[in-house]
Amino acid sequence: MNYLMGAFKPPCNITITFSDGKTRKQVSVKKENGKTAMVPVFQSLETISGEVSIDPVQGKKVEHTGVKIELLGQIELYFDRGNFYDFTSLVRELDVPGDIYEKKTYPFEFSSVEMPYESYNGTNVRLRYILRVTISRNYVSNITEHRDFCVRNYSPVPTMNNSIKMEVGIEDCLHIEFEYSKSKYHLKDVIIGKIYFLLVRIKIKNMELEIRRRESTGSGPNTYVETETLAKFELMDGAPVRGESIPIRLFLSPYELTPTYRNINNKFSVKYYLNLVLVDEEDRRYFKQQEISMYRLLDTPASS
Amino acid sequence: MLSELRTSRLSPHKYYELYMRAFDELRKLEMFFREETTRGNCSVVDLYELVQHAGNVLPRLYLLCTVGSVYIKSKEAPAKDVLKDLVEMSRGIQHPLRGLFLRSYLSQISRDKLPDIGSEYEGDADSVNDAIEFVLQNFIEMNKLWVRMQHQGPQRDKEKREKERSELRDLVGKNLHVLSQIEGVDLEMYKETVLPRILEQVVNCKDELAQFYLMDCIIQVFPDEYHLQTLETLLSAFPQLQPGVDIKTVLSQLMDRLSNYAASSPEVLPEFLQVEAFAKFSSAIGKVIEAQPDMPAVSAITLYVSLLTFTLRVHPDRLDYVDQVLGACVKKLSGKEKLQDSRATKQIVALLSAPLEKYSNIVTALELSNYPKVMDHLDNSTTKVMAVVIIQSIMKNTTCVSTSDKVEALFELIKGLIKDMDGTQDDDVDEEDFKEEQNSVARLIHMLYNEDQEEMLKIICTVQKHILRGGPKRLPFTVPSLVFLALKLVRRLQGQDGDVVGEDVPTTPKKIFQILNQTIEALYLVPCPELSLRLYLQCAEAANDCDLEPVAYEFFTQAFILYEEEIADSKAQVTAIHLIIGTLQRMNIFGVENRDTLTHKATGYSAKLLKKPDQCRAVYACSHLFWVEDQDGVKDGERVLLCLKRALRIANAAQQMANAARGSSGSISLFIEILNKYLYFFEKGNPQITSSAIQGLIELITTEMQGENATSDPSAEAFFSSTMRYIQFQKQKGGSMGEKYETIKAS
Repeated sequence: MNYLMGAFKPPCNITITFSDGKTRKQVSVKKENGKTAMVPVFQSLETISGEVSIDPVQGKKVEHTGVKIELLGQIELYFDRGNFYDFTSLVRELDVPGDIYEKKTYPFEFSSVEMPYESYNGTNVRLRYILRVTISRNYVSNITEHRDFCVRNYSPVPTMNNSIKMEVGIEDCLHIEFEYSKSKYHLKDVIIGKIYFLLVRIKIKNMELEIRRRESTGSGPNTYVETETLAKFELMDGAPVRGESIPIRLFLSPYELTPTYRNINNKFSVKYYLNLVLVDEEDRRYFKQQEISMYRLLDTPASS
Repeated sequence: MLSELRTSRLSPHKYYELYMRAFDELRKLEMFFREETTRGNCSVVDLYELVQHAGNVLPRLYLLCTVGSVYIKSKEAPAKDVLKDLVEMSRGIQHPLRGLFLRSYLSQISRDKLPDIGSEYEGDADSVNDAIEFVLQNFIEMNKLWVRMQHQGPQRDKEKREKERSELRDLVGKNLHVLSQIEGVDLEMYKETVLPRILEQVVNCKDELAQFYLMDCIIQVFPDEYHLQTLETLLSAFPQLQPGVDIKTVLSQLMDRLSNYAASSPEVLPEFLQVEAFAKFSSAIGKVIEAQPDMPAVSAITLYVSLLTFTLRVHPDRLDYVDQVLGACVKKLSGKEKLQDSRATKQIVALLSAPLEKYSNIVTALELSNYPKVMDHLDNSTTKVMAVVIIQSIMKNTTCVSTSDKVEALFELIKGLIKDMDGTQDDDVDEEDFKEEQNSVARLIHMLYNEDQEEMLKIICTVQKHILRGGPKRLPFTVPSLVFLALKLVRRLQGQDGDVVGEDVPTTPKKIFQILNQTIEALYLVPCPELSLRLYLQCAEAANDCDLEPVAYEFFTQAFILYEEEIADSKAQVTAIHLIIGTLQRMNIFGVENRDTLTHKATGYSAKLLKKPDQCRAVYACSHLFWVEDQDGVKDGERVLLCLKRALRIANAAQQMANAARGSSGSISLFIEILNKYLYFFEKGNPQITSSAIQGLIELITTEMQGENATSDPSAEAFFSSTMRYIQFQKQKGGSMGEKYETIKAS
């Protein structure tokens, strides 16, 4: 039994550990099989170092033509599943060709890796970073093992951050003026604003603010746009009258948002919109969509 | 649970039940939150943020309020900031019903946490302002929602909706209550901030139900002293209210309260004067009426009634105010037809009765120049009622109306009773009511009195003038009173005859008698002969006492004429003739000739009565005319005897007639009566009445009684036997009388 299994099992176990794996911050990431796993977080220009240990299965030896570790930044478009596009690829050779009889560890280090894009797991696209160890062998297929990690890049507080203010309406039916305090929000921000009703001739049932993510993938004729509503937040219940102003205060922290990504490697973009929806008593929806840009602010206790 | 509150299917009542359940749960939740935070499991700030993640606005806000309450208690943030945030965020609920309840919840949890003076949540200097601001804002928003409720849903359910709305009004009103309980609201603050803000909201909401309720609330909730000092501001809001608002009730309430306040503590009265409360009310009411031209008369009058009540209670000494009120009322009513609205007339009655009750003296009311003008606007029947009220007031307080001017005014007021109103002939007047009314007028006439005779005469003239217009139905009631009033004056004059000398004295009995003559003449034309006859006789007697022979003669003449011409009923004739005889008997001023004429007439008429017994009785009564027991009285024994004999003859005839007609002799009582007369004159010493005549009569009676066809008449027998006993008694008494009787043989 053992013997039989051995024929298909890789002859060795490969583990990749990060040198500061115990202390580094981790986030949960959804894997392909639907399970979530905790992965360490890095940001661009950090040094990624660690060890690879190869432990041959008891009593076996591993013949190889070389051992290498790669750091890959990949974009996978789901309409073209399995086909990874590598935008970053760094290689370190770990061992010259030979045999491995017992457990052997190799340290590795990629210093100041440029990782311009953040990890992203969307509906139609995935951007991921992995470390991949390859044991090259003659005649038989290579043995590979990879380890995911997550990249998050922080942006500074933008210098320009105008409020969004707009007056919209349907003639002789509805005129509203709305204002969001900012146009750029960090991920744990609070949207503050108000809606001012200038004219109300329709019977409004309620009003919601939606946060929508628009993910466009591909380019040219092959562009896929996927819009997803991440949050529905009821702002108002009942019908307002003229002159009423309704406050908005929406905490963004409970929602799984990412920064806005614009044209990542010409493959995809992710944009965020605030969609103000008014629903009347016949369930007709009147809405106005506004783009907001999201950024990731470095978590400091003071920033929340 | 909280999501259930989002429903819009429930009626307010059911929703309230749901709310109460949710409220209980939220209380528990609040406790839980508090425990959590004190144990340090999570900070209030985090909690405050956390609950805001809720996607639905209504549950979110309920939670927010709940945590907010914990937040304030924890004192990690100033109460005012939290409250401000809560009241702002609550704007998210624009649905009236849900909004009302949410804000009511907010108000409830924040009640004990306002940064009021002396409260543990008091912040820096201006924190009272924040507290007030918070409550005011919540109030304003709630009111808006509440007002808006009426526009929800289809038109046809409007009534039901309004009913539901009024069930919810307490939710709104509670805010004002809270406001009034804030320590920091002093007069200054109230005057400067609170009241203007509330009023602004009230005026602007343009909703009848709300305006009415809120004005009422304001008046009820805040202390009287504040109202007094802010009267102008408060009143200025009234003209701006919607036309349908029941201003009268509200204003009346206010005035009631203030007048109670004034009554309860007299030391505040100067304040009333200082703020010119009356002038302000007066002008406010004027403006209200002006602003609402469609206001029904009843409301306007009700307003005036309240104002009047207020005036009477606060400024009882200011009669001019009262008059002013009435004047304003007249102005309002002028140019309109008589009021048909029964409620309005009722109010006018109230308006007019108020001063009467207060001053308990009609004289005061008579000084009010506008009083009769107001009365002019009443319809006939109400005028009557009012007149009765006036009279009753006079009666109750036994007021004397003592000048002719006042009498004039008074009769002007009660003219509804005095004469028929032009045009309308109300036939359906209840006879009993009519009598009642006229009796009261008659009573009223007796209340008129003045020491000064000249003035009194004037009063009488005035009264006469008025009552003569009364028409045939009234005269029988009123004339006697007047006559007796006048006679009273005559007696007074007569009492001081000695002092009054000189030609230029205007008040002489003669003059009065002239008036009386006219008056009774009017009555006689009614016709009401029996009554006039009696009055003539009364007058004649009075004239007799005044030694005015011609006058007395004239009166008698009138009486006889009446008897001849008008009194046809035989029964009435009997009564009348007895009256005439009685009066005539007492007359002592007539000269022989006059007397003869009159007595002759009387005797003649007596003999011409229809029924024999009546004739008989009248004739023997006439006998007294010739025998007056005065010193210088007539003592014509012969004529007396003549009369008695005639009476006997008639009695005989009567007996025979009875025999003939019925086969049995009639009663012998006539004989016995005549016997008594004989005895009387016998005792008085009439020489013509002899004991033998009496003896004869007695025998006659005895025979008759024992006669065959005598019907036994126990009463007659008893009468006779007692008469006989009397004779017996006189005999036994002895003395001169006994001697006299000695000759009569009583069998």
